[in-house]
Amino acid sequence: MARTAPVPAATDPAIIRNFCIIAHIDHGKSTLADRMLQLTGVVEQRDMKAQYLDRMDIERERGITIKSQAVRLPWELDGVSYALNMIDTPGHVDFTYEVSRSLAACEGAILLVDAAQGIEAQTLANLYLAMENDLTIIPVLNKIDLPAAQPEKYAAELANLIGGDPEDVLLVSGKTGVGVEALLDKIVRDLPSPVGDASAPARAMIFDSVYDTYRGVVTYVRVVDGQLSPRERIQMMSTRATHELLEIGVSSPEPTPSKGLGVGEVGYLITGVKDVRQSKVGDTVTNFAKPATESLAGYADAKPMVFSGLYPLEGADYPVLRDALEKLMLNDAALVYEPETSAALGFGFRVGFLGLLHLEITRERLEREYNLSLISTAPNVEYEVTLEDKNVVHVTNPSEYPVGKIAEVREPMVSATILAPNEFVGTIMELCQSRRGVMGGMDYLSEDRVEIRYRLPLAEIVFDFFDMLKSRTRGYASLDWKADGDQVADLVKVDIMLQGEQVDAFSAITHRDKAYAYGVMMTGKLRELIPRQQFEVPIQAAIGARIIARENIRAIRKDVLAKCYGGDITRKRKLLEKQKEGKKRMKMVGRVEVPQEAFIAALSSDESKDKAKK
Amino acid sequence: MPSALPLGDPAPSDGALPPTAAAGSAERDFGLYVHIPFCAVRCGYCDFNTYTAAELGGGASQANYAFTVQQELQFAAGALAASGVADRPLSTVFFGGGTPTLLPSADLARVLRTAVDIWGLAPGAEVTIEANPDSVTPESLEELARAGFTRVSFGMQSAVPHVLAVLDRTHSPARVPLAVEWARAAGLKVSLDLIYGTPGEDLQDWRTSLEAALALEPDHLSAYALIIEDGTALARRIRRSQVPMVDDDDHADKYELADTLLKSAGMAWYEVSNWARSGEDQCRHNIAYWKGHDWWGAGPGAHSHIGGTRWWNVKHPAAYAQRLAAGESPAAGREVLDKDARYVEDVLLRIRLADGYPTENLQSPGRRAVAGLIADGLIDPVAAFKGAVILSDRGRLLADGVVRRLLPD
Ligand SMILES: Nc1nc2c(ncn2[C@@H]2O[C@H](COP(=O)(O)OP(=O)(O)OP(=O)(O)O)[C@@H](O)[C@H]2O)c(=O)[nH]1
Ligand SMILES: C[S@@+](CC[C@H](N)C(=O)[O-])C[C@H]1O[C@@H](n2cnc3c(N)ncnc32)[C@H](O)[C@@H]1O
Ligand code: SF4
Ligand SMILES: [Mg+2]
Repeated sequence: MARTAPVPAATDPAIIRNFCIIAHIDHGKSTLADRMLQLTGVVEQRDMKAQYLDRMDIERERGITIKSQAVRLPWELDGVSYALNMIDTPGHVDFTYEVSRSLAACEGAILLVDAAQGIEAQTLANLYLAMENDLTIIPVLNKIDLPAAQPEKYAAELANLIGGDPEDVLLVSGKTGVGVEALLDKIVRDLPSPVGDASAPARAMIFDSVYDTYRGVVTYVRVVDGQLSPRERIQMMSTRATHELLEIGVSSPEPTPSKGLGVGEVGYLITGVKDVRQSKVGDTVTNFAKPATESLAGYADAKPMVFSGLYPLEGADYPVLRDALEKLMLNDAALVYEPETSAALGFGFRVGFLGLLHLEITRERLEREYNLSLISTAPNVEYEVTLEDKNVVHVTNPSEYPVGKIAEVREPMVSATILAPNEFVGTIMELCQSRRGVMGGMDYLSEDRVEIRYRLPLAEIVFDFFDMLKSRTRGYASLDWKADGDQVADLVKVDIMLQGEQVDAFSAITHRDKAYAYGVMMTGKLRELIPRQQFEVPIQAAIGARIIARENIRAIRKDVLAKCYGGDITRKRKLLEKQKEGKKRMKMVGRVEVPQEAFIAALSSDESKDKAKK
Repeated sequence: MPSALPLGDPAPSDGALPPTAAAGSAERDFGLYVHIPFCAVRCGYCDFNTYTAAELGGGASQANYAFTVQQELQFAAGALAASGVADRPLSTVFFGGGTPTLLPSADLARVLRTAVDIWGLAPGAEVTIEANPDSVTPESLEELARAGFTRVSFGMQSAVPHVLAVLDRTHSPARVPLAVEWARAAGLKVSLDLIYGTPGEDLQDWRTSLEAALALEPDHLSAYALIIEDGTALARRIRRSQVPMVDDDDHADKYELADTLLKSAGMAWYEVSNWARSGEDQCRHNIAYWKGHDWWGAGPGAHSHIGGTRWWNVKHPAAYAQRLAAGESPAAGREVLDKDARYVEDVLLRIRLADGYPTENLQSPGRRAVAGLIADGLIDPVAAFKGAVILSDRGRLLADGVVRRLLPD
């Protein structure tokens, strides 16, 4: 622990080290961050809890990081006190966007690898991002306390990947704390200190912007040149909008106001704005009095990959949902939405997400934080449909799929990287082939581990592909993917009908060869999920007018309590009230009562029931 | 394990009723229910408020029970009078359980005598007692008849040994005809309770039970689909997959069989689970519950209703006895029903009766639902035109759904 921590705003860049921890999901980034918080003394022993920086309920429940967190840590080496800015990043592929933003605030990255798992797909993806940002990489093997750890093997693998000597790979355990001090020392020794012009007009890169109910928008910045001070007027370079700096400070890890931020420092700004769009991630902050002329290179906007309709169970909740989405968007620059209506579900929104986990988490947060009951429709990717009259329509919702007169449909593609032990190569190729994939290449990472590259339609991998991959490789394979153009495809729309009435929430656009399988799967699922009604309910799947699958829900025969003996009438009334409550959890689709769970379950693949973590 | 009491408002310790309860009481019928909370063994499916000797513990005994109930009847007389409720003779009396006949007939007679001394009996009053087939003798039934009981309801449940075994019943099938014969000899009307849909019972078993019951020519018969009550031993056995879960379609088949056989034996349904040989033989006491009449329920856990105020006594016999010994009301809680709640109950209970629910009493959401119920074949169209919502055969099995459609959301 440092005796005299360097003070923000008066810290010589030479004693600053900015780094992030990057890794595949679950390799222990947040746990390693915990040990750093402890060793540097910023979190007291008694306040310590596991994954301290995972603060959202959802993060804690699922045990994953969703938002990056930056923390300033004091560290002393050879009698010199240093200021380290550490950023813990998420590992899930849906949040790669978060990682890339964090990288831009750093000079170095700790590439953490689970010593019992080795290099996995997001290890590669994140390493690649870090190299693109010219960061200095410190390779580290974590979890060396595990009996299954194979440090020699994976150190060789890592050295092979990034060049260098296996001896240079640090061995740590985020759990026991072994090696973490040495790691902090190495960060100070090996990482370059930030460089910038202290006398130039300020230029600070916004790498995160978060809405806080109490404090308004909190903007996280990395100062490149110049200095930002409390109460001065600042300017956003893209919009020219100006704001007064109400508070400026560093997270350690609680927000701590400071006298300002200087070259190379990482901290937060509060200006009283209420909308994160006014404080946009990627924008450059400068001094209003002495503005810079050239802004820093920003980030590309996050591009939504999957779209789903979100509908309130109770139509009357529509305004609540609208406000909730607006608030959530303040916190989540990757979220996009627009209003839409559905014949079966009423008024709602079409929302774009980075992936299925992002969808799931957003829905859960809306339900929880705004007390809403929501239905989300089958997720879709975005298709580009060219009509015979050359008009082009972008379809993110099957119900918008044009009828007839289609010249061409293009679907989004991804390039995927799969890492797995070589014994699974055959299985993986089979799976990718069945998902219309085209192989791009294959490399051996080590004797027994391969990297396989495929180009696949996004629609084929975004839903249950990962679960399939995991189950076919006994959990050994890992996957990373990124957008990679589009291709022409032979697609059709499959409609699902309840009692003859089309339910757009269950419709899907699929490849012609898979339409039948989808119809059978969805009608079968709905038959299981929709309770029996007072009348028979036919369920059909159709392409246009052609029925391709059908199921039938038999009418219920008994819905009466024998219990009318005795004088406890109060209990009977309560029972009725409970039944009526149950009915409120139902969505009326025509005359059919469809439980909310049916919407959720019908749209999630069976294999992905336990997908919470991936 | 007995089921839990409702949560309600606190009940005043002097038993005082609100003025709304007394209003119009002179025009209404009045009944008495006496709960006898003792059984020789606890049947695995039963969650009634009843105790075996082993479960009873200290502080209460079967021996003193009649005396304690007599105390409550005296308390009732005082509380009703003080609240301005009209003094009326009893139209119906029902001793239920538990197993009332586990008490000596003399005790039961004493309790009935006290009630009659206080309120008197209306002409032609119906006085019922529940009994387990193996808890009666020719003499005990004789004595009950002499004391003024007019009707006995036997818990027959089934005539099939393996079904009786799953239900934990202690009597043998052969005991039922004997008990019925003795009751008849004593001049008592006879009702039989049957349960269908017991795990392991097939349709043939159920037919056997129905035919055995009908062979005894009961005046009245109740057939209840087995309910798996939370917290019972049977619910546990099902959860552990020791016995199969009951099935609604099986229940529906068995209900239909019961209705067919009973009808052809000359018994007509008058409530979803109840059939009688004639109008005279319907259980007037139960009808009073369903039509919202007034009754006082005496005994631990018993429920009472006077003019829109409902209350229920403390459950444990010891706590119950303690209250009465202290001269306090044994009520654990009560609720004063508002207009909406009374309407809900009215529809909920009366729709199950063969006379149905008067369309003119329906609020507008209910009236709007009638056409749809006719279209779905759940109610009788002709009766609806004549002004009553009466369940069709299919509608009886879907009565809860009909109620939900008639009531506002
Ligand atoms: N045995 C052992 N377990 C560890 C170690 N580090 C982390 N873990 C466990 O690994 C799991 C994942 O740890 P996290 O720190 O949440 O991993 P992460 O990389 O932050 O995960 P994401 O943020 O979701 O990508 C947890 O169950 C930790 O307890 C370690 O050094 N040894
Ligand atoms: C509480 S018992 C009292 C009568 C007497 N002790 C006996 O069991 O014969 C009244 C009737 O309720 C019915 N009953 C009790 N528990 C039931 C359950 N779980 N499901 C269906 N009917 C039940 C039985 O038919 C029983 O005869
Ligand atoms: S005898 Fe009757 S009251 Fe007693 S436990 Fe059995 S069913 Fe319940
Ligand atoms: Mg984490």
